[in-house]
Order: sequence, then C-alpha cells, then structure tokens
Amino acid sequence: MAKTVYLNTPLQEEDLSKLEIGDKVFITGLIYTGRDAAHKRLVELVEAGKELPFDIKGQAIYYVGPAPAPPGKPIGSAGPTTSYRMDPYTPTLLKAGLKAMIGKGPRTQPVIDSLVENKAVYLVAIGGAAVVVAKSIKAARIIAYEDLGTEAIRELTVENFPCIVANDIRGRDIFQEGVKQYNQE
Amino acid sequence: MRTINVQEIIPVVKKLCIDANYYLGEDVISVIREYAAREESTTAREVLNIMLENYELAATEQMPICQDTGVAVVFVELGQDVHLTGGDFTEAINEGVRQGYKDGYLRKSMVDDPIMERVNTKDNTPAIIYTDIVPGDKIKITVAPKGGGSENMSEVRMMKAADGIKGVIDFVVDRIRRSGGNPCPPVVVGVGLGGNFEQSALLAKKALLRKLGEPNPDAKWNQVEQDILEKINKLGIGPQGLGGRTTALGVHILHKPCHIASMPVAVNVQCHAARHKSAVI
Repeated sequence: MAKTVYLNTPLQEEDLSKLEIGDKVFITGLIYTGRDAAHKRLVELVEAGKELPFDIKGQAIYYVGPAPAPPGKPIGSAGPTTSYRMDPYTPTLLKAGLKAMIGKGPRTQPVIDSLVENKAVYLVAIGGAAVVVAKSIKAARIIAYEDLGTEAIRELTVENFPCIVANDIRGRDIFQEGVKQYNQE
Repeated sequence: MRTINVQEIIPVVKKLCIDANYYLGEDVISVIREYAAREESTTAREVLNIMLENYELAATEQMPICQDTGVAVVFVELGQDVHLTGGDFTEAINEGVRQGYKDGYLRKSMVDDPIMERVNTKDNTPAIIYTDIVPGDKIKITVAPKGGGSENMSEVRMMKAADGIKGVIDFVVDRIRRSGGNPCPPVVVGVGLGGNFEQSALLAKKALLRKLGEPNPDAKWNQVEQDILEKINKLGIGPQGLGGRTTALGVHILHKPCHIASMPVAVNVQCHAARHKSAVI
C-alpha cells in the first residue's frame, strides 16, 4: 500500500531505503534544477575531476526549465521535463553522490541499475501540472550557467514539493509494474 | 478587396499565444473529467485530478498550464480577397509571438542551430507558420503552442498499400506503446494519412486542432478512430505512464489522396495540455 512520506534535504540513505514505488513524497529544503545542457556541463566537470557548482552529495536534481517568474512570484510555471534525455549522464552523477532525481517518464535499465548500486531514488512530478508544482517553490536563484537561460542551474527552496516514487533502491519500476497491472491486450 | 495592415496582426497573435498557454479549452477539460470519473487506478485518478486542479490554477493565477510553452505553431487561413499592407506578414506574426512570450512570462524554448551551438533565440521566435489561401476577405489565425516532450514521440512512416488499415492501426497503437509515459499522457493522437511524406505530418498536426470529443464527420473514419482509441486505452500506460486506463483522450484522423505507390502515415502525439486558440481578423 502506497504511503505518504515527508522528506528534508539533504537526503538521508535511511529515509530513502524506506521508500517504495507508488509512495507519495513531499520534499522540503533546497533542491537543484538541471536539464540537458546543464547535465552535459556537470558530467564534463566530474570527468575532469573538477568541483561542481553545488555540493551534490545527498542532493536532489529536478529536471525543469521553468517559465519566467511573473511579478511578485518567486518562479513561473515549473513542471518536470522528460527524464530519459538525462539518462546518459545520470550514472556519473549518482556515483558522485546524487541521491534523488525528479522528472517525468521512465528511465532506462542502466539508470535503474545505478540507482540500486548507489542507493538512490527516482521520483516523478506530474508533467503539465506546472502551476501546482510552482506553488511549492518558495524561492529560486541561479547558481550556475546563467548563459543557458531557462536551462541554468537554480537552487530552489521548496516546501512540500509533491512527487511520487517511480524507482526505489530495490530496483523496482512503477512504469513497468503499473502498465503490467492495467494492460488488457 | 479588403486591406489589412499587418500591424493589426501583432496584438492578435500576442493575445493568442498568452491565452492558449493560460486557458485550456473546455473541451479538453470536460473529456479529462469524464475519464477521471471512470478511472480504476487510484494513482491515475489522483494524477488526473491534479491536472484538473492545475488547469484551474493556471487560469486564475494567469500562469502557463505547463512550463513548456512550446514552439509557437501558427496556422493562418488567409482570405484571397485580403490585401496585406504595412510591412512583412511573417515578421508581424513573429513580433506577436515575441511580445506574447515576453509579456505573458512564457518560456522561450527555441534554439537557433538545431545541432551545433543550440543557442536560445531568447524570444521564442521563429514561429512555425502554415498559410492556406481560402475564399473570403478575412484572416483566421490559430496559435497552437506545441511542447517538446510529446512532439519527440511523433513519427512518420512510409507504409505499403498492402499494410492496409490493420497496418495503420498497429503502427499508431505501437507508436503510443513505445512512447510510454514520456509524452505526458493522457495524450491526444493526431493521425495524418496519405498526401506525401511532409503532407502526412502536417495533416497529423492539423488533426489535433479538432475539438476534443467531437466525432469525425465521416462515419467510417470515426469508427477507425474509436477502434484505435480503445486499443490504446487497453495498453495500461495511464496518466504519466504510471499505469491506468486513461492513456489517450481522443484519436483524430485527417486524410488526403496519395500516389499509387505510397501510403504515408504520420502520428503526431499531443500531451494532455492540448492547447490552441483562434481569432478572426
């Protein structure tokens, strides 16, 4: 039975080990944004043995390119982008200490294996529910790669950021299991 | 002959860009409500309800439904009795897009060179513009912002006549199966049949503009649409790919004559935020 879990960042391995696919998770604390272009740069830094623009250990990366903030709001609409495009970079970042990723859509097997190996999780936010997600973001500031515009790395202060566990540390996958349960072909 | 200054087009396109991104069509909202009411999976039902809550919030908060405010796809039906003056027609549409995306706080998602530098153009131009010349002295403009996630799951296949309707149905259903949770299901499926390579793709996109829930006027093709929809909703993909009965909200087919050797089939996948708004000048 799916449960509801409240987590704070940086994430603790003990908390992550309790998560199972389908669980509802609400995250509070700092998380970091990053999508295609930022991932390319982060992995280049890791491979060159250089320091990353933020301490990745125990952290969560949210795959998002937000809309501009309207007056009086910390951020514009900010739903997840499709995750598979980050798959080629993900194992490197998990090895470097990343503990959670938030996106949408399924991951490839190398990522699922890497999650098990590094005791990390993949969470999904609801794609296209970008205003609902934005309401949980209380502050946002660019900390790296401002030249990338919407793709820059932002530090987000979130309160009860809503997501669902898609891949847990035991290698289970909500996409495979969920579809199997409802397939009537 | 009616003279229209292209400068008049700018504020119209600007407003359409903003309205399409803030206010989802009632047709889409009511179909999602129907699906949510009969969805078996608890998770799927919750996801659909959050989507409905989000459309409402977007409208009241004046924020885009989705952060991916898309490529600005603009369909123009230009009356042949219209004489355009006052500047460049294409540039006027692009200026409308530029102003709409800036003043509406919409995301700028266009990069210039698709392969090499991929530098953001910073104003979401250029728009992708299709113009049809039609009888009359009016201009109808439709703006359909198209997100990248669902567009990436689209495909054109040059099939053989021997593949028949079964081949077409299998291809469309398989395209959605392979897309899984990536295109933000529940999706709307635009299918373009016939024409040639590029016309089939354009038909698939135009098919998405039909009001959701409205049947295909041709009973034979309406049946095909219903058959494909039923098969897709048996895949079990569900909202966001998390499992469930609600994978597609509708299948829309448009078809055109084609070459004796060809049977082009295009599938354009549209996420649940099936956005488009029209205006007539």
